[in-house]
Amino acid sequence: MCVAQDARTVAPAQTDFTGYWVAVVTEDWRWRMVTPPKGDYASIPLSIAGKRMADTWDLAKDEAAGEQCRSYGAPAIMRVPGRLHITWQDGNALRIETDAGQQMRLLHFGDWKPSPGPATWQGETAAHWELPRGEGKPARGSIETRTTHLRPGYLRKNGVPYSADAVLSEYWDINTEPDGSQTLVVTTVVHDPAYLQHDWITALHFKREADGAKWDPQPCSARW
Amino acid sequence: MQRRILQLLFAVLIGRSLLPAQVDLAGNWTARLHQDWAERGPGPEIVDYLGLPINEAARAKALSYSASELALPEKQCLLYPPTYLHYGPFGIKMWTESDAATDKVIAWKMSGPSDLAVMTIWMDGRPHPSENAPHPFEGFTTGVWNGNTLTTTTTHFKGGYLRRNGVPVSDQAVLTRHFMRHGNTLTIEAFIQDAVYLTEPLRVTRSWELDPAAEMASQPYHCSPEAEVPRLDGEGTVPHILPGQNENAGEVTRMYNLPLETVMGGAETMYPEYRKRLKDKYKAPVKCLRYCCGWEGGAPTASIQCVGVGYSTPDAPFGRAF
Repeated sequence: MCVAQDARTVAPAQTDFTGYWVAVVTEDWRWRMVTPPKGDYASIPLSIAGKRMADTWDLAKDEAAGEQCRSYGAPAIMRVPGRLHITWQDGNALRIETDAGQQMRLLHFGDWKPSPGPATWQGETAAHWELPRGEGKPARGSIETRTTHLRPGYLRKNGVPYSADAVLSEYWDINTEPDGSQTLVVTTVVHDPAYLQHDWITALHFKREADGAKWDPQPCSARW
Repeated sequence: MQRRILQLLFAVLIGRSLLPAQVDLAGNWTARLHQDWAERGPGPEIVDYLGLPINEAARAKALSYSASELALPEKQCLLYPPTYLHYGPFGIKMWTESDAATDKVIAWKMSGPSDLAVMTIWMDGRPHPSENAPHPFEGFTTGVWNGNTLTTTTTHFKGGYLRRNGVPVSDQAVLTRHFMRHGNTLTIEAFIQDAVYLTEPLRVTRSWELDPAAEMASQPYHCSPEAEVPRLDGEGTVPHILPGQNENAGEVTRMYNLPLETVMGGAETMYPEYRKRLKDKYKAPVKCLRYCCGWEGGAPTASIQCVGVGYSTPDAPFGRAF
């Protein structure tokens, strides 16, 4: 009888995504650490339709509609300054919680099918290991994920949109630095033919923390 | 033993090594300026140290910087330090140098923009030179594969500018890079340690896309110092700004409503909890005044298509060309 190995068992010995990670905001500071003004779309390859939609951003309207989490969806959540807590929910699902916006993502490995329910902020994510070729179990590897079924939201807090057709591809790597610290690098590719001229490619980085002492859950905010 | 020989024979027949495969980084990689476009394209604000873990010495040096110093004959042809790859707008070209007899890769070569020296990444295990060895522009770099990631260590480069607004990096700095290729996307993480100017390491991650059609030089452009305009400040003067006299220090505060102490940077500005110090102080500007769009218009070179001042309109969708 053939028994399929679960993703946690396959995980390379020196690539452990679990633990607490803090965002290190050394890039796009004015667009991530504070809310930029309406109309500031620098660095995003918006289409004309995307620009038109962004120009309609109305903060008060979002708050009144209870849509404060629009900028905390999967295509944007890794850019939000905050901390990640990553654990294995089970042998085939890596669970990623954020303190900023109190969001939760699940990266599903193996023979998994998306649920047919309504689209959500974090969508449905399929994951697989990207491992070096060679003999034996590799010491290091990456995770590749693809997220669909997204509820439309904002790439940036000032209303830069992504649509329900957006597809998010991500590549998750861990690097060990010469001072012994570890860096989680998430390369994100947002594909959205409705609002982007072409794929929006960014890379975000996080530093491993020893524990959850600085974990600071905060609700979504449309304003801050 | 017999099984091993058969495996080897099979591997040779199908052209596949039994050694862990190394990712091919060779090719022309176009920069995607989807982060910090305004800094990497038109350039950073003159005094903007947001999110940089700089110390007082770095801050003082940066505040004394005058862009006019680049007009000095002895500075016109200086190349940027290797760290600048992550703050400039250009693509990179990578190729290998192999041993003719064994075909084993001895080194990766990497050229960048016109003002970066070609970097050799030695893969043959040679040690870094003594601390007294000369410092060429490109420094000295060694590399090792960690799974699919190429990790490189660069020492012995010349000090220079980390960013184009005068934030310095010293010749004692150590630059560690991790090259991660996923499909046609190359992400490079830079981890910069500099005991002279940084209070803690600086992490920067950028992405490039494979672009076989891109034209990229494999050498920096030739440069000859020329006095193209008359010096207004007289011969023998080194352009500089005295302490406390930098008139641009308040510009980011005026334009973006950020407190001056925040604009001055420091390690604490890199972390999420710093936002709490701003929450009651920051109010978003009423409108975006410059570099508002920054999206690409499909031009082959680039990412730098829109440096509009004010809003673009559907009639002029891409703003002014750079």
